[in-house]
Amino acid sequence: MHNMNRIKKLAAVVASAACFIAVEASAAGGGVALEPANVDRDNINSLQRGAANFMNYCSGCHSAEYVRFKTIGKDLDLPEKMLIDNLMFNAEKTFEVIQVSMPPKDSARWFGKTPPDLSLMARAKGVDYVYNFLKGFYIDKDSPTGVDNVVLAGTSMPHVLWELQGYQSANFSEHHNDDGSVTVSFDGFEQRVAGKMDSEDYDEFVRDTVNFLAYMAEPIRSDRRKLGVWVLMFLTFFFIIARMLKKQIWKDVK
Amino acid sequence: MSRIEAEVGKPQGGFMKWIDDRFPYTETMKAHITEYYASKNFNIWYIFGVLATVVLVIQLVTGIFLTMNYKPSAVEAFASVEYIMRDVEWGWLIRYMHSTGASFFFIVVYLHMFRAMLYGSYKKPRELIWILGMLIFLVLMAEAFAGYLLPWGQMSYWGAQVIISLFGAIPWIGDALVEIIRGDYSISDVTLNRFFALHVIALPLALVALVFVHIVALHHVGSNNPDGIEIKKLKDADGVPLDGVAFHPYHTSKDLVGIIVFLMIFSGVVFFAPDMGGYFLEHANFEPANLTATPEHIAPVWYFTPFYAILRAVPDKLWGFILFGLSVVLPLFLPWLDRSRVKSIRYRGWIYKSALSIFVVTFVVLGWLGTMPADPMYVLAARIFSVIYFAFFLLMPYYTAIDKTKPVPERVVYHA
Repeated sequence: MHNMNRIKKLAAVVASAACFIAVEASAAGGGVALEPANVDRDNINSLQRGAANFMNYCSGCHSAEYVRFKTIGKDLDLPEKMLIDNLMFNAEKTFEVIQVSMPPKDSARWFGKTPPDLSLMARAKGVDYVYNFLKGFYIDKDSPTGVDNVVLAGTSMPHVLWELQGYQSANFSEHHNDDGSVTVSFDGFEQRVAGKMDSEDYDEFVRDTVNFLAYMAEPIRSDRRKLGVWVLMFLTFFFIIARMLKKQIWKDVK
Repeated sequence: MSRIEAEVGKPQGGFMKWIDDRFPYTETMKAHITEYYASKNFNIWYIFGVLATVVLVIQLVTGIFLTMNYKPSAVEAFASVEYIMRDVEWGWLIRYMHSTGASFFFIVVYLHMFRAMLYGSYKKPRELIWILGMLIFLVLMAEAFAGYLLPWGQMSYWGAQVIISLFGAIPWIGDALVEIIRGDYSISDVTLNRFFALHVIALPLALVALVFVHIVALHHVGSNNPDGIEIKKLKDADGVPLDGVAFHPYHTSKDLVGIIVFLMIFSGVVFFAPDMGGYFLEHANFEPANLTATPEHIAPVWYFTPFYAILRAVPDKLWGFILFGLSVVLPLFLPWLDRSRVKSIRYRGWIYKSALSIFVVTFVVLGWLGTMPADPMYVLAARIFSVIYFAFFLLMPYYTAIDKTKPVPERVVYHA
């Protein structure tokens, strides 16, 4: 009977621990159904590729002003020389953060909006959102950039990755509801101009990039999880001792 | 063992006598620690008072360290939080402990209050303990609200915007009051500065003082127990309650086990899910406050949502504010709304048992509804559950008076 209770309690603890992990995995969604990004946040190779992608394709317009090169180098196993030669286009010292050389006032004039800082974007919007956004550009003749986006309609961002993905068009269908309103639904993309990458390679490219964005949003994540295991192990040990002490002290209470 | 330690046990001479002649050390220790007797049959519901104290200490200590690096300025606040998260040694741990602590404070306090409702802990002679507890709860809400503005994220800003503007619904003085709270015509650097002052000194001071008198009042009348029996009625020859055991070492050793289990759950969140899926740290708060872009969906943090759902359920702005205020304050009157002759739910009839169960469901559902967008279906549900929420309190004098009760035993139920 007593053992049964203990097992139940243990099961409850394990179940609640599982809940935390499940809850963390879920992220914020947008209007359209988002395809899961399936990033592997412990895959250091993916993060290294993502860092290169970010510096080559994103950092021209987007800053990441809370992220230091030194931290990236340490967390992603990149030696200082590699960091300086391959990633630091716009910085001299490794303790510097990822700045953008484009003056914000100019970019606001050129694009209609200053490109946002990307330090925390993956955490604010969720990795799935960013993943689908980067895959969601389609040809729109009416837009000043020539493209629109299914995830963020009316975005001022041009299709920076067109060279890799090529251009696609989006199919929409209109449904006339009984009350006279019209619902527009997105039915999928159609490839119009081929890019340098096929769709699988492009998905992989975007996945790595988004993975790096997720890393930048919380560089301490992997360290905190490692430390958390030790903390829980210590507390478990402490729990056993405290439980024995309690039993000893209470043994004469009738 | 040093000489001083050896003397602690015997207050008659030497160092301890010198102290005791000048400060009631031994006397206080006896009255509150070693000879404060509480029932031996406390169950899990009796851990939450201790845990609330633990969380208070966590919040105070982590808060001090956060203050060392945080900058209460509209220009620097958001960046300074990220600085703490990334560049300050162990800053991330301190910050996550503080943000997780805020949510756990409410979890623990809600369960602590529920315990009082289970076992009638607010009933005579503990009405004042309950009132002091409710005051702690109100100050805690203000403290949490002020603290939530400090990271200066989108949700900090717009959440505060929504809640502060509520005061504008008060006739005549509303607009002036809103201006006084904000210190400006909109939420600005001035607001952030005064909220910082309230959050780091004024409200914590009030909180600590109230917690102190809450405990003094408790120790004066003695703790309740799951049977709702006054253990002081039956004492042995030495004047020790027959069903009581000393706070130290009995309850301290038992509480230690509970505290460790709590710390395991707390660490589970801090180290493995500090956002708690957007409930503890809202996603939108990772974007800096932007005065020109209202977020699509503004929801307060989860611990305010039951009351927020009631607010939104009312179509009229002023009445919404009144009922919102009432829903927070109503529990204060529980000692007089509850007319039952017995304290503990163990000896109450089916009416109160059902009412309390329905109330728990209502509170949780309202909390969930408060996080959802105000769609017509949700608003309708919020209205229905708001009515149930108020009915629980306002009809209480009737249903607790007619509810059949069972005889209460002389001694507490305890199985070693």
